[in-house]
Amino acid sequence: MTNALEIYQLLPKTNCKQCGKATCMAFAAALLSREVVVDDCPPLKEDKFKNNYEKLSEIITPAGEASESGMIVHTEKCIGCGNCVVACPVNVAEDPYGAGSGNAPTSDNVILRVEDGVVCLSNVSQCRRFGKNKILCNGCIVTCPTKAIEFV
Amino acid sequence: MENEYYVCTGCGLLCDDIEIELDDGKVSKVNNACLKGVARLKECNRPAECRIDGAPASLEDAIIETARILKEADSPVIFGMGNSTSQAQKNAIELAKKTSAYFDDTSSFCQGPIVEAILENKIRTCTLDEVKDKADVIVYWGADPSNSHPRHLSKYTYFPRGKERQRGWEEDRTAICIDVRKSDTATICGDKFYQIPPQADEELLNALTNGLSGKVPKVSFGMGPKKILELANMLKKAEFGVICVGLGLVYSLEEIEPLVRLMDKLNEVSNFYLIPMVGQYNMRGSNHNLHEETGYINRVKFTGNDVEHGAHCSVVELLRKRTVDAALIIGSDPMSSLPGSIAKELLDIPVITIDPCNTLTSRKAKVSIPVATAGSECGGTAVRMDGVEVEFKAMTETDRMCDAEILERIMGEL
Repeated sequence: MTNALEIYQLLPKTNCKQCGKATCMAFAAALLSREVVVDDCPPLKEDKFKNNYEKLSEIITPAGEASESGMIVHTEKCIGCGNCVVACPVNVAEDPYGAGSGNAPTSDNVILRVEDGVVCLSNVSQCRRFGKNKILCNGCIVTCPTKAIEFV
Repeated sequence: MENEYYVCTGCGLLCDDIEIELDDGKVSKVNNACLKGVARLKECNRPAECRIDGAPASLEDAIIETARILKEADSPVIFGMGNSTSQAQKNAIELAKKTSAYFDDTSSFCQGPIVEAILENKIRTCTLDEVKDKADVIVYWGADPSNSHPRHLSKYTYFPRGKERQRGWEEDRTAICIDVRKSDTATICGDKFYQIPPQADEELLNALTNGLSGKVPKVSFGMGPKKILELANMLKKAEFGVICVGLGLVYSLEEIEPLVRLMDKLNEVSNFYLIPMVGQYNMRGSNHNLHEETGYINRVKFTGNDVEHGAHCSVVELLRKRTVDAALIIGSDPMSSLPGSIAKELLDIPVITIDPCNTLTSRKAKVSIPVATAGSECGGTAVRMDGVEVEFKAMTETDRMCDAEILERIMGEL
């Protein structure tokens, strides 16, 4: 997963403030949380930063793919093992004898379930990473064998 | 939420909590199953066609031709069975008896030795449900279930909460991985991953046995006694331990004695069980059925009422030494799975395949008979990797016959 410093290295590092942020580092952090897009940095579109612009566009997947909690499931990597479904603390609390015990989810309130061999998200507002009071829960990330889940 | 659950026949795990959606008589959506299961249940990409010598034929003709080939052959071999229902396996054994055939299944070059030791009570085993409810130390040795049995960790062994393991993987369970490479499962095990060089499994088995006996464990590769003792202590402290044996361990052992010794030692100082990581959905069923009938799990030759058993009856030796003059292959693709030098011998003898999918073997076969896919199109029973019998029902209707029925018809023709 990328971090803000990695993104910062690819920015012009001039703190020109044209993007509206105070520093390039602030812009990097905003980019990481998908508050802004790569195109919001005008100097980056200049010819001399062409390589960096391309690299950044590759790293920063569009926020459109991410759910409201910032979760992105790379469906091409997911094998449907269901580790995240069983490990997710919300799933366990909502459905202890179904999803929490390794079986098929028996409640509609679970947030992760496997459909057609790929993990799907529902009830996003229940995710611990949702909203203002979010906590950086990583139950689904650390249990994924193929690194198919990412949060932005 | 009331749901009807089906059984997935994608691998030896036989997950029994699959939900499906049907569209126009076909499975359109499979929920809760992994990608492997979805691929199996949504039918093969290229269903097999009924053919004799490459030309389309009727099922009736194909069955008559099969019976003729088997009747004319002096020593035919019946091979496969890993992807067949228990009833089909029983029928195939009867067929082998009637035609005085060699009979071997895929466990011959897979988990055979381990299942044999379990059936002969040399090794303690338990069920996956017990693992889920009780196990606190789980060792994946030479296995990468994240790829071979994707739901192994999430449905039974590591992540789920069980009766006596209410706090799940975070606090109640320890997963250990011993492998030659950092597999996906090893990544999940984190710092409990013990990397060993290829063929070093026996050495580590012996070192662990020594470590548990109070001797200083030594190995020739770069793993110090301290690290081995640390592993041995983890095993010793287990309340309910289980070793999931993968093909990596089976293939690297000349004989399974070192593993049996370690299991005995572990059961002196602690409480340990072993489960083989059986690949195909009913390979263990084939072992059980043949064991019930003959006392052997695979590699047999029927002559009248006599049964011959030994390494020379394995499919690899039979083909290498050109002992057989016809082959009936049921639900298996040996041309893809056997080494090239052995598989090419199949080109010189008449081969009959009974398979739902179009495989390399079925394309090269003299007679190819299509059957219904067990699990999605026909029901039956199968034996899970831990020896539990699981019954499953069909999800859709089909005009193709089940493998058990086809074998019965061939039997009738004989």
